[in-house]
Amino acid sequence: MSNTISRRSFLKSGILAAGTLAAGESAARAAGAPARNQHLATMIDITRCIGCGACVEACREANSPKFPNPQKPFPRMYPDRVKVSDWSDKQDVDDRLTPYNWLFIQSATVEVDGEETELTIPRRCMHCTNPPCVKLCPWGASRQYQNGISRIDTDMCLGGSKCKAVCPWDIPQRQTGDGLYLDLLPSLAGNGIMNKCDRCYDRVAMGEQPACIEACPEEVQTIGPRPEIVAQAHARAREIGGYVYGENENGGTNTLYVSPVPFETLNAAIEKGPGRPHLGPAADRMAEANNLGAALLIAPLAGAATALGRFLKAARKAGSGEHPLSDT
Amino acid sequence: MTTPTVSRTADGLMPAPIRAAYMTLLLFMALSGFGQMPIFKRYYIADIPGLGWLAQFYVTHFIHYVGAALLLGVAAYYLTRYLVAERSRRRLSLYGAIQGVMMVTIVATGVLRVIKNYEGYYLSSGLIVFLDILHLAAVMGFLLVGAWGLTSRKRWTRIR
Repeated sequence: MSNTISRRSFLKSGILAAGTLAAGESAARAAGAPARNQHLATMIDITRCIGCGACVEACREANSPKFPNPQKPFPRMYPDRVKVSDWSDKQDVDDRLTPYNWLFIQSATVEVDGEETELTIPRRCMHCTNPPCVKLCPWGASRQYQNGISRIDTDMCLGGSKCKAVCPWDIPQRQTGDGLYLDLLPSLAGNGIMNKCDRCYDRVAMGEQPACIEACPEEVQTIGPRPEIVAQAHARAREIGGYVYGENENGGTNTLYVSPVPFETLNAAIEKGPGRPHLGPAADRMAEANNLGAALLIAPLAGAATALGRFLKAARKAGSGEHPLSDT
Repeated sequence: MTTPTVSRTADGLMPAPIRAAYMTLLLFMALSGFGQMPIFKRYYIADIPGLGWLAQFYVTHFIHYVGAALLLGVAAYYLTRYLVAERSRRRLSLYGAIQGVMMVTIVATGVLRVIKNYEGYYLSSGLIVFLDILHLAAVMGFLLVGAWGLTSRKRWTRIR
């Protein structure tokens, strides 16, 4: 399977994205279900990854102009529990996610077809179809493009880290000492900027591929319209008797992993912790509140109907001299 | 002959239990709304026993939606009641007009933010920031003017 299979549709989507960017992401667009069909998704075939790290290097090279540039010394922050998150002296760390490393290789030693095998897994932002980091950012600093890419605008970000707290995989990483908060109340609010993979939104907008995909010598990743990628992931999983992760996690993501072993096995075998996301179940957290949407529609109708009902009932008693809708 | 019942609401006041429930609702809406910002943990407020939920974003988000539904129901009830039963005798006071504009702003910006949270709805970054600030400013205005109204015994309506 080649990552050029869907190159035509990928380019088409890229040009579409470029138009979107040029148009300043025009205002609200209701799309509903078809929206995710316009998303660009990637399939990561774990069986093909050799863990060479070319994607990690390419990511760093392509995105280094976007990396934080903190000013030191950092402003004293209050209260004391607010911790500095400084990776500026550890920019070379590449075995976990950091503000300077948006993609890393996770490894797991598992049994495949009776043989102990080390699998390597490129890990980065999953680019959820309805990303909580974007939807719940209290400041609008995080945005989702119509091609499904979610990105944190570091010119707007205050570094409150809510995006990380609501991300099922704790993906965004904070760097203190950079960003808008320095111009506001640096001691009392904010704490830097949050950073994560933006799937090379600028390259994609120009019709190019994300750097990690282009650099991969093994063609581990395939990018294309989500329906095609979902179909390819399932076809590949059937071919190897494998499993798919990311199709439905957190309500659906635009990153689909295909593994030869169950993801429970993989999740148990990988090193997890800060900057090292899990591969376990991820419930659709946005759905919890979104399912209340109907209540928001019904409640005012019920309120108005109650008032009208009481009025009509009381009006029938008007002869008694009681004022309609009297509460006492 | 039946003596007409004095209506407390016709006098511009909610009955005491309803009023207490309304105030509680506003308190939870304000807390869960401000809880959308990462401030309660930073400033130790979520450390107060019973307030730990203020630092859990999905919990405050859910509570804010439930509260919004109740608030919309209450607002629609009193608005309808005013329009069908009270408008002939009472008119909106200046205080009521100011609070009404604040409430409409809160509801309108809130509804747009709810819509934005569904998959497939994209708002421009500038519009999101505008809505966020307007929603917050309207809430602050509503609470401040409301506090002044409480102490000054202001009412939303007055007799024509």
